[in-house]
Amino acid sequence: MKLRKASAAAAAAVALALTVTACGSGKKDDAAGGGSAGGGDKITIGIKIDQPGIGLKTPDGKFVGFDVDVAKYVAKELGYEEGDIVFKETKSADRETAIERGDVKFIVASYSINDKRLAKVDFAGPYLLAHQDILVRADDDSIKSPADLNNKKLCSVTGSTSAQNVKDKLAPKAQLQEYGGYSECLTGLENKVIDALTTDDSILAGYAAQEAFKGKFKLAGFKMSNENYGIGLKKGDTELKDKINKALEKMVQDKSWDKAVEAHFGPAGYKNEPAPKIGNIVK
Amino acid sequence: MTSVLYDAPGSRAKWRNVGYTVLFTAVLALVGWWVYDGLSSKGQLDWAKWEPFFTSSQPYATYIWPGLQNTLIAATLALVIALPLGAVFGIARLSDHSWVRGAAGTVVEFFRAIPVLILMLFANAAYADFTDISSDVRPLYAVVTGLVLYNASVLAEIVRAGIQSLPRGQTDAAKAIGMRKGQTMRHVLLPQSVTAMLPAIVSQMVVIVKDTALGGAMLSFNELLSSVRPMSANYGANTIASFTLVAVIFVALNFALTSAAGWLERKLRRGKKSTGAVVHAGPGGGLETVGPGGDISTQGDIK
Amino acid sequence: MFDFLDMDALLGAFWVTVKLTVYSAIGSLIWGTLLAGMRVSPVPLMRAVGTAYVNVVRNIPLTVVILFTSLGLFQTLGVTLAGDNFTVINFRLAVLGLIAYTAAFVCEALRSGINTVPVGQAEAARALGLSFTQVLTLIVLPQAFRSVVNPLANVLIALTKNTTVASVIGVAEASLLMKSWIETYAALLPIVAIFAFGFICLTLPTGLVLGWVSKKVAVKR
Repeated sequence: MKLRKASAAAAAAVALALTVTACGSGKKDDAAGGGSAGGGDKITIGIKIDQPGIGLKTPDGKFVGFDVDVAKYVAKELGYEEGDIVFKETKSADRETAIERGDVKFIVASYSINDKRLAKVDFAGPYLLAHQDILVRADDDSIKSPADLNNKKLCSVTGSTSAQNVKDKLAPKAQLQEYGGYSECLTGLENKVIDALTTDDSILAGYAAQEAFKGKFKLAGFKMSNENYGIGLKKGDTELKDKINKALEKMVQDKSWDKAVEAHFGPAGYKNEPAPKIGNIVK
Repeated sequence: MTSVLYDAPGSRAKWRNVGYTVLFTAVLALVGWWVYDGLSSKGQLDWAKWEPFFTSSQPYATYIWPGLQNTLIAATLALVIALPLGAVFGIARLSDHSWVRGAAGTVVEFFRAIPVLILMLFANAAYADFTDISSDVRPLYAVVTGLVLYNASVLAEIVRAGIQSLPRGQTDAAKAIGMRKGQTMRHVLLPQSVTAMLPAIVSQMVVIVKDTALGGAMLSFNELLSSVRPMSANYGANTIASFTLVAVIFVALNFALTSAAGWLERKLRRGKKSTGAVVHAGPGGGLETVGPGGDISTQGDIK
Repeated sequence: MFDFLDMDALLGAFWVTVKLTVYSAIGSLIWGTLLAGMRVSPVPLMRAVGTAYVNVVRNIPLTVVILFTSLGLFQTLGVTLAGDNFTVINFRLAVLGLIAYTAAFVCEALRSGINTVPVGQAEAARALGLSFTQVLTLIVLPQAFRSVVNPLANVLIALTKNTTVASVIGVAEASLLMKSWIETYAALLPIVAIFAFGFICLTLPTGLVLGWVSKKVAVKR
């Protein structure tokens, strides 16, 4: 009999777990209904949620960053209220597929325009011209040009093009540490195991501008590549592309663009390029 | 509890044990001090890096709790679906028909051989291309699918081993009183082998909980481990502190799981005794070493 | 469709996977056996530490264990394992992390193997006057090992697949190459299929061979 009881208890536990999850996922479905259907009056935009200055989920649950401001401005110009925007994280590896499958209307996520990506998706913009740069400790003056990176210890994100760029072209003798995220690189930079973190200067500026890093790190100011940040959208959707381009032009004209750059990159002493002309991709 | 592996310590052995204990404590203390000194000299123990987790509920509300919820939902769904599926495949591998054995064996071996992450990626792509599941729940579906395919095949092996661990006499006796194959399985073999299987099923549960973390890496499934990234980006890249926090949560969660299952197992075993059924915990009924160690507890998979 | 296929790079990456697997397997077998010895030893503190180790390490995701070897051991505590560049250091750290993690599972497998050795064996050994170490190493463990070949094979298969996690600290094994191909070529499914096939080539024979071995060496009782 005891066996029966215990089995019944186990069955009850499983049933309970099922109901709990059923409720949980039910709620999710409701939320999803408006979010990605596209037909309603909501708009889903792909952003990054772990890059300070670009797109970051803050402890109070809000999203802040330059890309987020651009996304909000464009959505407003497309006729959406701020409350109708659904922000969705798009990981780097997942960006093309997210657009192709229609998971998101468009992506504003430090997404630089290149030929391989152009074969899959269309880009509006560019809205920012960034360069590959390095972040070093504020008291480290040993790196004055990219060639000084030889025999230095570099860090970047696994599989990223910026790391390969240094290794292949700029400083072949540099050692390269790859991590899953920039935060691990920064811990290494703090611990003096790593000499420089390399990626787009906009991302680096976002980190350097953080309260916790005030005065600890600096940008070297090397322009080791040209990264034209564009807004990724479905291939062939020229109507949306034109609308977004108009919105971007207006953002530059009414100075909102300058304000956003100053707000998010300013504290790091980042010297940004002037707003790029629409369709003008700097190779 | 004295073990059969050594005699009850006499006076000299007692002193020797005390000696070992002192030596061992010294080594542990040394390692502990080395770790502490290293961390603090590099500033990793600075209060600023840990402060957000102790003084505010925001990191929990914004990053940890939503992640934990997703982890729990995915793990529960995966287990609830994989368990019956695994039982079916495990039993099919014991079938009298060679083609059923062969088919089940092929499926089980195939899905056991592929990394779960790759199964998840496939499932995600398949759901996107062939179904109209909304993109908000698609990662969850893909993660659960990957976990189910993999863990069902591991659970199938556990079920098979559990049933095989029963004395042959059980089947013979069931046959002797005229039970059919299905009845033998339902009324005799499965109920008895559940006790033997439980530890293995539990360690597989722990595996499922931890494997949900794979979904966060590439599928944009926001589970507990992936919540570290935006969190540490906000608090000045306090990676060591953030990962420690999440590791502690994982250990606590899995420890609670194993403890609950241990309680259930003891209850089941006690129930057995009172009904007079004689079931050895495993083949041979061997050395009891430390506590009730399950006999097939590690035939499950790791990770 | 398969224009990304660079056989040299692919084989090189899988070779790293194989090396990671072999070194970690040997290491975790040794460390796991020591842990199992600790868990059944006469010294209470050793038992407690062994149990605590297994319960903690087993319950942490491997990703976190491997990250800690890099962020904690290497970056903060300065452990380089005699390596002089990132490639060597990261490889060795990954092996260390995999050993630390896998050993917990080897230990549990061995412990359940010890449970299958009949009580009479240990009693007879003690009656002959053998010490604990002798009972364990001469009588019990040899028999225990033979009965846990199958569980250990499962651990080995899982270890092979677990080496993919080493990419979080930048070890250039198969899954890291997969990630960079996915990033560069935007051809998700064909790339994933190739790597899935690679892993099947590694794990299926392991399972089959060791399954056969386990039948051969099983102690007939």
